[in-house]
Amino acid sequence: MKELLWLIPTLPFLGALILIAFSSRLSKSVSAVIGSGSIGLGALITLLVGYDFLSSGLPSYRYVAWNWFEVGDLSTAFAFHLDALSLVFLFVITFIGFLIHIYSVGYMHDDEGFTRFFAYLNLFVCSMLILVLADNLVLMYLGWEGVGLCSYLLIGFWYEEEKNGYAARKAFIITRVGDTAMAIGLFMLFMSFGTLNIQEILTQAPQTWAVGSQMAVVAAFLLLGGAVGKSAQLPLQAWLPDAMAGPSPVSALIHAATMVTAGVYLIARMHVIYELAPVAQLWVGIIGAATLTIAGFSALTQFDLKRVLAYSTISQIGYMFLALGIGAWSAGIFHFMIHAFFKALLFLAAGAVIMALHHEQDMFKMGGLKKKMPIIYLTFLIGAASLAALPLITGGFYSKDQILWLTWAGEKGNIMFFLAALLGAFITSIYTFRMVFLTFFGEEKTHISHMPGKSMTIPLVILAALSTLAGFIELPHTFGHVTIFSDLLTPVLPEITLREGVESSEWIIQLVAAVVALSGVYIAYYFYVKRTELRPGIKSAVRDTYQFFHYGWGFDTLYNTVFVRPFVFIATINKNDVVDKFYTGLVLVAEFFNRVFVKTQSGILRWYIMGIVIGAILILALSLIVNP
Amino acid sequence: METTFYIAAAIAVLATIMVITRYNIVHALLYLVVSFLAIAVVFYILGAPFIAALEVIVYAGAIVVLIIFVIMMLNLKKESVEQEEKWITKKVWVGPAILCSILLVELIYILTTADGTVLGAKQVDSKAVGMSLYGPYVIGVELCGLLLMAGIVGAYHLGRQKKKVVHRFLEKAEE
Amino acid sequence: MKAISVEAGLLLAGILFMLGLISVLVRRNIIFMLISVEIMLNAAGLAFIVAGSKWIQPDGQVMFIFILTMAAAEVSVGLALILQIYHQLKTLDSDAANKMNG
Repeated sequence: MKELLWLIPTLPFLGALILIAFSSRLSKSVSAVIGSGSIGLGALITLLVGYDFLSSGLPSYRYVAWNWFEVGDLSTAFAFHLDALSLVFLFVITFIGFLIHIYSVGYMHDDEGFTRFFAYLNLFVCSMLILVLADNLVLMYLGWEGVGLCSYLLIGFWYEEEKNGYAARKAFIITRVGDTAMAIGLFMLFMSFGTLNIQEILTQAPQTWAVGSQMAVVAAFLLLGGAVGKSAQLPLQAWLPDAMAGPSPVSALIHAATMVTAGVYLIARMHVIYELAPVAQLWVGIIGAATLTIAGFSALTQFDLKRVLAYSTISQIGYMFLALGIGAWSAGIFHFMIHAFFKALLFLAAGAVIMALHHEQDMFKMGGLKKKMPIIYLTFLIGAASLAALPLITGGFYSKDQILWLTWAGEKGNIMFFLAALLGAFITSIYTFRMVFLTFFGEEKTHISHMPGKSMTIPLVILAALSTLAGFIELPHTFGHVTIFSDLLTPVLPEITLREGVESSEWIIQLVAAVVALSGVYIAYYFYVKRTELRPGIKSAVRDTYQFFHYGWGFDTLYNTVFVRPFVFIATINKNDVVDKFYTGLVLVAEFFNRVFVKTQSGILRWYIMGIVIGAILILALSLIVNP
Repeated sequence: METTFYIAAAIAVLATIMVITRYNIVHALLYLVVSFLAIAVVFYILGAPFIAALEVIVYAGAIVVLIIFVIMMLNLKKESVEQEEKWITKKVWVGPAILCSILLVELIYILTTADGTVLGAKQVDSKAVGMSLYGPYVIGVELCGLLLMAGIVGAYHLGRQKKKVVHRFLEKAEE
Repeated sequence: MKAISVEAGLLLAGILFMLGLISVLVRRNIIFMLISVEIMLNAAGLAFIVAGSKWIQPDGQVMFIFILTMAAAEVSVGLALILQIYHQLKTLDSDAANKMNG
């Protein structure tokens, strides 16, 4: 059964090929079947492969498809490496991917680019699967670039509108900066180890590098640069809010559940290097903590429903980075899984709301949908509760709380990290329920044009169930200490060590977290449902701060001034393209010589015979000179 | 024997010089015949009687006659002689003379650095030539046959003058 | 009887060849150019006969026969072409046939 591993990325790839090749001749239902079916089959095979793998008890399984290339010392194979970490990611990608495909059948039904959409989605899933299954860093980079490409194609899916193209380009360019850092990191790793096979690097690293050695730190920081770009963390986070220009299924799949978590996967996979470079690991945590607060504050001031969710994604990935930064590897991955469920749910439900209100995305123009769209409301509420980490009943509580607890209790934990995480949790709760109350409560400001169909609501229900129930596989000490998830990951990721004597105070931290979450809900309720008249007064009092938060803490303006304007300035100066002059110069020289030599071809016979005679003289002379 | 050689050689050179300096084509051709005849004598002295005969029959007798016939067909008038005079000025001779003299000097240099074998010691008669032709060089004979065939067909085809079909109203203007 | 040296024979051939070459370069009339080419061919054949005489073998004469054949074919085709040129260009000036220039 394990041998079927190679089918999992191949099926979406074939699906994409077929859809691209025959796009004009396929009907919508056939495209939907091919597109969703390939992922569905992939999910099924994931189950089979996962069952077989886990029951066999092996730590890892390697499948070599073929030997890709050999250049000098580097021998790269197209090989897949399956272990618990990649299995978790496989499961998330294929299942959530399948649900989103089903949802897209309903969402994109009236769109004329239907087949193209499924082709791109399939290609994306294939690239992401290659990324997580990759046995060596070169193949992972292939998947990395593939998801970047598909993200560009899908963000700018409705390319006829200019702003979508700009958003797509912005995403691609910003992630490219990260990709370049990652490529340089790959070069350094190759230089040190002579191989790019991940398992070989991870076993050789502790022997080659001492803890804190310079090469380890440099490589870790460069890989972090790549992760930061793809996962939209500081300082490369500016692309994700604008990427909401793409359709909602795209936002759900790429920018919530899978692509943006590629950075988390990279850092978790290369955890040995980060353990050898404590400085870099500390900075992973710092970036996570800083990002989650900044994004949280920005989310508080947005009025576009999808932008709130985008900033929320940035913030939650900050939590994952924070977890990785303090050494809580499996906690970070656990939060990734739960987050994938509830964030995909939120995006899909938001997409259903937006479509029902005929593409109205401003939350302040929504309202009163609670009774009109009950299923959507309930699923959205479950997702929001999970996001805000409401105690005990939601999956988000267990995952986020674990991170919160470990920032306090972990060996590399820090009081600053803990406070930042707590503040983040508080703000998350506020903006989440602000979103819920604005969208579903109050009076109806925009009427519903049409209700979403079953293909859209069924995935929502499934995801709502998953985001609630999936949390119960990892319960903290106070609730029975179920550790199914972390046991699963033990062969791959190291366990975190706690400080001494703090185990007993876990319940205090959980109580604090629960209070924070619930008070956030109450504050949102107070200002957005009960006493909404207070809002204008507060808003005018904090106007400047509000604008600052709204525009993402000014990062866009900063990048515009520092990078974009000088570049455009230089490009305008070089309008006549100085470098091109060199090439036109070459052409001019060639033309000059042509004009000179054309005169020798006069068409007059005697000149030609003269030429022959001169040639004969020269050759005879040469031969006489050489051997007289 | 050798005096004959030197006289024949001198006649050949002088005749050739006359060929290249005449203005009238037919005069030039006649001098060419003289030159070929002198060369035929040289061939005989060098012990190749068969070739001497061939030179007279084919070269002087066929090729030059062919050229004369074509010139007669062209129906050239007095103007052609004047044209030649105009074209062949003294100035024109300078360049080619320099080039060819350089070439001649090179040739003489190459020739003088050689051994001195004697020519014409024994005649090689036609029988030997025939046996060589149809022996080792029979392929060359076949190829020559092909070549002549190609020459005949080509000359026939290229020499044809097709009557241009012009509408009778334009015939007068065409002239 | 003093015999003729090889150099004398080859020298004669060389001189005749040079004369033919000068004539080709100087003359503008196509027919004169053809005649000059004949002179050159003849001189080359003379060189072959001289060589054959040196080695007392028929090979030189065989070669001369081939040259003769070739000259005959060449003259016939060449004259046919000259007739065509005269018909087209109404002149025997070789410089008039310079359309393939540039």
